[in-house]
Amino acid sequence: MTSSSVEEQKIWQILQEVKDPEIPVLSIVDLGIVRSVHYLPSNSGEPGVSKRDGRGEVTITPTYSGCPAMDVIRMDIRLKLLEHGYKNITVQQSLSPAWTTDWITEEGKRKLKEFGIAPPNPKQQFCTSEMFKEEAVQCPFCNSYHTKQVSRFGSTACKAVYHCDNCKENFDYFKCH
Amino acid sequence: MNAPNLFQYCLHLADNVLILSQRNSEWCGHGPVLEQDIAITNISLDLLGQARNMYQYAAALYNKLSEEEKSAVEFLVPRPWKIFGRELTEDDLAFLRDERQYLNLLLVELPKGDWALTILRQFFFSAFQIIFYQQLQQREDAQLSAIAEKSLKEVAYHLRWSSEWVVRMGDGTDESNRRIRNALDELWSFTGEMFLPSTYELQVADEGFGVNVALLKETWLQKVSEVFAEARLKVPQQDETSGKSWVQSGGKEGSHTEYLGYILTDMQYLQRTFPDSVW
Repeated sequence: MTSSSVEEQKIWQILQEVKDPEIPVLSIVDLGIVRSVHYLPSNSGEPGVSKRDGRGEVTITPTYSGCPAMDVIRMDIRLKLLEHGYKNITVQQSLSPAWTTDWITEEGKRKLKEFGIAPPNPKQQFCTSEMFKEEAVQCPFCNSYHTKQVSRFGSTACKAVYHCDNCKENFDYFKCH
Repeated sequence: MNAPNLFQYCLHLADNVLILSQRNSEWCGHGPVLEQDIAITNISLDLLGQARNMYQYAAALYNKLSEEEKSAVEFLVPRPWKIFGRELTEDDLAFLRDERQYLNLLLVELPKGDWALTILRQFFFSAFQIIFYQQLQQREDAQLSAIAEKSLKEVAYHLRWSSEWVVRMGDGTDESNRRIRNALDELWSFTGEMFLPSTYELQVADEGFGVNVALLKETWLQKVSEVFAEARLKVPQQDETSGKSWVQSGGKEGSHTEYLGYILTDMQYLQRTFPDSVW
């Protein structure tokens, strides 16, 4: 393994600690918004010069165009890496390919459910402009499918509000995208 | 590629979504029910995000222009920015351009009206955006194509939501039907501008970077007719010779209704009062 990829692996590990500010149980890696990590270590072997004095670039993709969390995430990435000694990190944004809920990791989906948010359905059903279609969404609390949509738009752009007819709880659904 | 034209084109696209976003956000705290208040403000947020992507790109394009090219778009650049002594940014474009420098469609600047008017306008615009972005995604400019790809997913939700409301209101009570028909009377003559290409749009389309909007009209009408059929609404006459299809236009060239000035006054207040201030 080159020293570059060793550092890149470490950076991926550190990025696991950067949480989505809106859904603090999810890391940005779980959410699937980190597209790439490139790192060029400082090549001088001089004393006092650490490998972490090199330059790095983290590329992220927004979940939604107007997601206000993106600016916070960008800053959190730089701060978290700075804490670990990486000083020269730039964060780039890439729009294409567009983020999809399919990129949320299995681990991420499990954490969402535990947190009380229904994870996106594994197979996207109605990501279209077709009218009056509803998908079967499982209640994250009692696992019932007797649920109905209350609103297609929830507390954040990425979520819809559902109601469970079984346990009578309202819950957020991370809608397919 | 004619970079000044592309810059102007990006401003037009950005202005459309910024102004509609600003308009729709007036519902924040005033929606008919909480869920719909949240829905319309979420849509505003998506539109704002699309506007930011476009303005960022426009600013980047401008900063790379040659001096000669810069003078060709001088009339579009915000005057107060010139004394800042730094590169152009997205915020300068949104907060410091004058009314006549805004190139948005008249449709998006009209007052929000009642819920029916807001819904119907959103429906007309989303139905346009979805076919527009589908086309733009396949054009040659990598960044515009990426913005289109990203935005399409959001627009699919906006279109679904607004079409459902058009049906709900058209095929609802006498009162809701009356209101949406009033909205239709109010808005219809403003829809034609979407399909009337300006000189810069045609040039950018010819070069393979933009979309010729004149070619989108039929598909758009088809979508409108489909939803209107379910909503028990009649698509207004399309007869070009009868005079019934009068089209209000001028926004793309900077000639606006009296309403735009008020939006800008509100939106630009802080940057006008404290130029170049940051959070």
